[in-house]
Amino acid sequence: MFHVTRRYEFPASHRLHSSQLSDDENSRLYGKCNNPYGHGHNYIVEVSVRGPLDPVSGRAVDSRLLDELVKREVLERFGHTDLNADVNFATVVPTSENLAAQICSLLKRNWSTVFPGEWPRLEKIRIAETPRNIFAIRADEIE
Amino acid sequence: MYGLAVNTHGHNYVVEVSLKGEPDPVTGMILDLKELKEILNRQVVAPYDHRFLNYEVPPFDRVVPTTENIARDIWQRLEPHLRQENGRLYAVRVYETADLYVDYFGDEPCST
Repeated sequence: MFHVTRRYEFPASHRLHSSQLSDDENSRLYGKCNNPYGHGHNYIVEVSVRGPLDPVSGRAVDSRLLDELVKREVLERFGHTDLNADVNFATVVPTSENLAAQICSLLKRNWSTVFPGEWPRLEKIRIAETPRNIFAIRADEIE
Repeated sequence: MYGLAVNTHGHNYVVEVSLKGEPDPVTGMILDLKELKEILNRQVVAPYDHRFLNYEVPPFDRVVPTTENIARDIWQRLEPHLRQENGRLYAVRVYETADLYVDYFGDEPCST
């Protein structure tokens, strides 16, 4: 079993503001991240995949297929966008925790379009909004 | 299948070796890092460094030198030398580029 990780980057903006809290509560909870005009990050996303070695190619995953899936489902969808305007964040705050979960869910849901076989499988998503703030979720933790 | 990678090309491979265990009660270490460095240099860096992997470094005369196979070969070269009473080899990570790396934890079964 091998674990292969590929790293991607996309820029996007977000504003942390919960509709279940008052303006004052939001401001106290999120601080600068509650700025009404939002702010941007160069998100770095690591996608980890696991699987046995293909006996012919000597590889566990065709990274070009992974790139195609991530480009379609993540980079083109979220890159250069206002995350708060995305339908996935209509009811949840676009924190990087929720972004990691959304990315993981989008990849998991569309996995079979590029990887129809038993292997490789999506293992986890790790997203860094800054070099010091990093969030990870395992694919088996979500739907 | 391999695209541009069928052409002979080079990488500055970066290898991370992780051990797992309990620190020795006297030294406070799992393994003296100087000793680890010597093992890494002798078992991996010396045979690999600046070599044409496909021609000069077995098993890559028979096995495609993908990063997956390199990670496994490095594991196999190191593992017999890192069987301590208090710890052992845990993971080999090989970076092919900053954006693509492979982790190998030994021969794990492909359970679901």
